[in-house]
Amino acid sequence: MQYPLFQPLGDRGLLVTLAPAIDEEGFQKVRKARQVLTHPAVEGIIEIIPGYVTVFILYDPMILAFQQLAAMVEKRLVDMQTVTLPSPRKVVIPVAYGGDFGPDLPFVAAHNHLSPEDVVAIHSNGRYPVYMLGFTPGFPYLGGLSEKIQAPRLETPRTHVPAGAVGIANNQTGIYPVASPGGWRLIGRTPLKLFNPGAAAPFLIQPGDLITFRAISPSEYDHIRETAP
Amino acid sequence: MTAVFKVLFPGAFTTIQDEGRFGYQAFGVPASGSLDFYAYRVANFLVGNSGDAATLEITVLGPKLEVTAPGCIALAGGNLQPFLNQLPMPQWAPVEVKKGDVILFKGVKTGCRAYLSVEGGFDVPEVMGSRSTYPKGGIGGISGRPIKAGDVLRKRKGNNPCGKALPENLIPSYPREITCHVIPGPQVDFFENIGDFYNTPYEVTSKADRMGYRLKGPCLVFKKEVPASIISEAIVPGAIQVPADGQPIVLMVEQTVGGYAKAGVITTPDRWRLAQLRPGDKVLFEPVGVLEAQKQLRDILTDLEKLKTLLMRA
Repeated sequence: MQYPLFQPLGDRGLLVTLAPAIDEEGFQKVRKARQVLTHPAVEGIIEIIPGYVTVFILYDPMILAFQQLAAMVEKRLVDMQTVTLPSPRKVVIPVAYGGDFGPDLPFVAAHNHLSPEDVVAIHSNGRYPVYMLGFTPGFPYLGGLSEKIQAPRLETPRTHVPAGAVGIANNQTGIYPVASPGGWRLIGRTPLKLFNPGAAAPFLIQPGDLITFRAISPSEYDHIRETAP
Repeated sequence: MTAVFKVLFPGAFTTIQDEGRFGYQAFGVPASGSLDFYAYRVANFLVGNSGDAATLEITVLGPKLEVTAPGCIALAGGNLQPFLNQLPMPQWAPVEVKKGDVILFKGVKTGCRAYLSVEGGFDVPEVMGSRSTYPKGGIGGISGRPIKAGDVLRKRKGNNPCGKALPENLIPSYPREITCHVIPGPQVDFFENIGDFYNTPYEVTSKADRMGYRLKGPCLVFKKEVPASIISEAIVPGAIQVPADGQPIVLMVEQTVGGYAKAGVITTPDRWRLAQLRPGDKVLFEPVGVLEAQKQLRDILTDLEKLKTLLMRA
């Protein structure tokens, strides 16, 4: 197949697929595509939504017709070859691992024939690109989880996972921004708010960021929880 | 601002909705907003609201409301048998109410959803540019949830006089079997029997809400060489997702990302009409090209602008 691939997604959407598989190169392509499509802004584009290997353009068909937009986007994407990207924003997420914060840490350790301490060390030494957000507001789809600490989903999802829970599901790790049902194996919890709807900047994490986790003690968890906005 | 209703009984699922919350899908915040945009817009014109005023979206079983301030209100959408003080309440027309009046609903007769508008629109805080309720995210409307008994609903100050009734010939009928036009793709060629999809009506199941409509009908069969799921990507309202069991799910307005293959996307105006179907109703799909679909959408949006001029007195 030829990339980029242009497809309509309904009467107000253009889906551009940039790469066939999830990898670091695809991540950079999506970042570049967002950059060249956003600057300068195009009248009629409502929002540009990144995926693992796609950018989705939501637009106003009263201003732009599909063909017109597709032609314009194709032209803009040529600049991907020359654009220089700023380095990704780095966001450090403090996490209290294990205990009540991460009830599935022993399972993840046993499943991988490791000690819980090993799992924490591996998880907090990784770097995780944020491919996209979704599922619930501010939920990051992260790449970069080590093969050594992967674990299957729960057979029966929990009906209540608290906000801030950090989990593992197969080759993915993620953070629950709002309380919701969920089937990921919970290894820890962050005291930071990922979604703060009343704030001027409601989201802690943005697509294209680079996340690292920092292990903290339960008392540090409480301290951050009390002092963070 | 002015308290306009006291909620005596909330109904099955009644939420404050406006046009929707745009610009935050990249952060995982869905648009939400009124499912039947046509009825929502007309409901606002009837009470002299030109723009994106918040209304009550009422689902199947309506609420019981006590009027606490005089003013102009209107109902548009499905016929849920509204009554004003024991008498049938007119729909698709402005109605003057006074303090102490009681509005209630005696059950669905046509459609699935109705929109109750007040002059000025309902007054709840704007969250990220919209007043629409998104319960899963806990934002918009009244504390991010459907209304409940005891709530006091307030209105903002209206700028225009009450509007005029919608001419009878423009009132939509809500048949229990409709045709929805579908723009094929992006994964339409994943399926072996797309012909069956277009030739046989699908039934709306009991799992039908603002998140999505699960349908029952001919199984869509995946070709042998394709995976049953795709790399997750952005989705839009009206997208027809097909999970491994082959039974399609039409997404409505509360999901931003999907990992299932999509046979196509229902056109915007037909999605508004689909939202008036309830469990047991039927939908037949028909393919349409994107350019033709966009022409139809432009036409209906232009018609709505004309209606605004026709119905508003300002």
